[in-house]
Amino acid sequence: MSKEAPDRVVDDLNVTMQNSPEFAQLRSKFRKFVFPMTALFLAWYFLFVLLSVFAKDFMGTRVLGNVTWGLMLGLLQFVSTFTITMVYARWADRVFDPEAEALAQKMGGQQ
Amino acid sequence: MSALLTTAPSLVPAATTVGNPAINIGIFALFVVVTLAIVIRASRNNRSAAEYYAGGRAFTGRQNGIAIAGDYLSAASFLGIAGAIAINGYDGFLYSIGFLVAWLVALLLVAELLRNVGKYTMADVLSFRLRQRPVRIAAATSTLVVSFFYLLAQMAGAGGLVALLLGVEGAMGQRLVIVVVGLIMIFYVIYGGMKGTTWVQIIKAVLLIIGAGIMTLWVLSKFGFSLSTLLGDATTASQEAGGKDLLQPGLQYKNPIDFISLSMALVLGTAGLPHVLMRFYTVPTSREARRSVVWAIWLIGVFYLFTLVLGFGAADLVGASTIKNAPGGVNSAAPLLAFQLGGEILLGIISAVAFATILAVVAGLTITASASLSHDIYNTVVKGGRATPEEEVKVARLAALVLGAVAIIGGIFALGQNIAFLVALAFAIAASANLPTILYSLFWKRFNTRGALWSIYGGLISSITLIIFSPVVSGKPIDPLTNKSPSMLQGVDFHWFPLDNPGIVSIPLGFVLGYIGTVTSKEYSAAKYAEMEVRSLTGHGAEVATHH
Repeated sequence: MSKEAPDRVVDDLNVTMQNSPEFAQLRSKFRKFVFPMTALFLAWYFLFVLLSVFAKDFMGTRVLGNVTWGLMLGLLQFVSTFTITMVYARWADRVFDPEAEALAQKMGGQQ
Repeated sequence: MSALLTTAPSLVPAATTVGNPAINIGIFALFVVVTLAIVIRASRNNRSAAEYYAGGRAFTGRQNGIAIAGDYLSAASFLGIAGAIAINGYDGFLYSIGFLVAWLVALLLVAELLRNVGKYTMADVLSFRLRQRPVRIAAATSTLVVSFFYLLAQMAGAGGLVALLLGVEGAMGQRLVIVVVGLIMIFYVIYGGMKGTTWVQIIKAVLLIIGAGIMTLWVLSKFGFSLSTLLGDATTASQEAGGKDLLQPGLQYKNPIDFISLSMALVLGTAGLPHVLMRFYTVPTSREARRSVVWAIWLIGVFYLFTLVLGFGAADLVGASTIKNAPGGVNSAAPLLAFQLGGEILLGIISAVAFATILAVVAGLTITASASLSHDIYNTVVKGGRATPEEEVKVARLAALVLGAVAIIGGIFALGQNIAFLVALAFAIAASANLPTILYSLFWKRFNTRGALWSIYGGLISSITLIIFSPVVSGKPIDPLTNKSPSMLQGVDFHWFPLDNPGIVSIPLGFVLGYIGTVTSKEYSAAKYAEMEVRSLTGHGAEVATHH
């Protein structure tokens, strides 16, 4: 088990690591992936919500058989969610994890 | 989730029962016996705190993902969403989209970092680099409030729903059902800890998804496996019965701002639900936490696609008026559809799955609340962090017993109430009080204790206050059909907040208060921030799985 709550021993190793260029690179890589992705799916979701309440006629128009634009865009929300999930998991497994693990190793592994 | 057991119109009178209560009870009893056996087997080794709170962190990502789906897909998301789609068509479908997309917040921003930083509870993460005592108390308070309202909603729903499916009539019988459900749940939690609870959730999720999947295929087979035909027939059936065009938006949500507010709470609430967050501690690494969410997203997404078919299927094969006039109202759409398709046996199976669902969700909430009481309040606040793991687990078990009793009593009082406000409150509080602090503490260097306290208490107080003074609690006009107001309280009107859901106000407020609190305080610990950030991204120093 690791350090216990309030009287946590602070090792300077963390500060050194946090200030290192490798760590800065890891952080920026992570943020450059997840922040834009979050902005994207939230924008797309709220676009859908706004269309559902303010563009009812459009959303109620049938586009494919009896499938309306509303249902179609709703199903596309499922598709985009699944897609983002797969893309992120693949990126994190292949790109992020190896770099993060290398830094953890450098710090002495898991205690 | 149970946001949809909404107006739960008169859950009480249940003289007309469909199917055979004996079969329903029999199948449910079988579920209880099987899960009890598994819980007992899985939980022989439950003495350490990591075993009790986090199942020894030994679950795989896939197992945990299935358990998350079991935790998240409450009876109401099965019965409630299917019913809402059967009655309101497209608008009913909107709920499931918010509930699904919300998981991306958890996947991208929260799950892995939280797994690396924390130990047992949400407060572990929030208080990591801030002043322990006040932040833990705040985080535990909001954990308890969110879990309590969620729990109450489940129990209240359970009483009515289960009574309907078992043919138990009268208030006494329904109370008895709540007591029995509560006692079984208490046993799972106290005896099984997180490991037992997880297995119950896994079994339940598998049953629920297979059951819904079979029904979906069955319905589709009646429409030549064409979604378009199903939609067309359902709409025609609805309109011929004097109903509405189910494919048009706006049947359920009349006020655009209200719907936007609800959508915000749905999409931002999930990643702040303490019982969801605690599940990430049951896996050994952040990579497995990621896998859990990936599995959960697939399962939950596919399940919501099933409910789309089930809802429209019920609209066509059962019909809106039959559903509305059934004892459970809107929530009876899925059971009635099961009866229509497969007679008493399928109804029995689906009813048992609904029971199992309530049990599993309530167990997950109880263990979360008891962990927070013991680990955050008892250990850190009362014992100054010096409680032994054995003492902590003992207190957690005691807390689970007390919370279970409170849930039973609360469920009895909440029986027949409009429970929508409870769940809306849970999601809105989670999004307003928990999410800002979680995100700030993970991503904002400057964030400090004052920011956390302002954000948690500000989000908590504002969302509860706005709900109390919303039309959900008082002042909705009387419905001529039922001669009752859809509000929780009858005959009074003290509402001044116009919306049913407070999210559009309280969520931004939580973020803003967190910001103002932070920038007006000088407190900052560079060392702790370094430890937290390095740990969150690299996993260095993260809690490891226990071996035995």
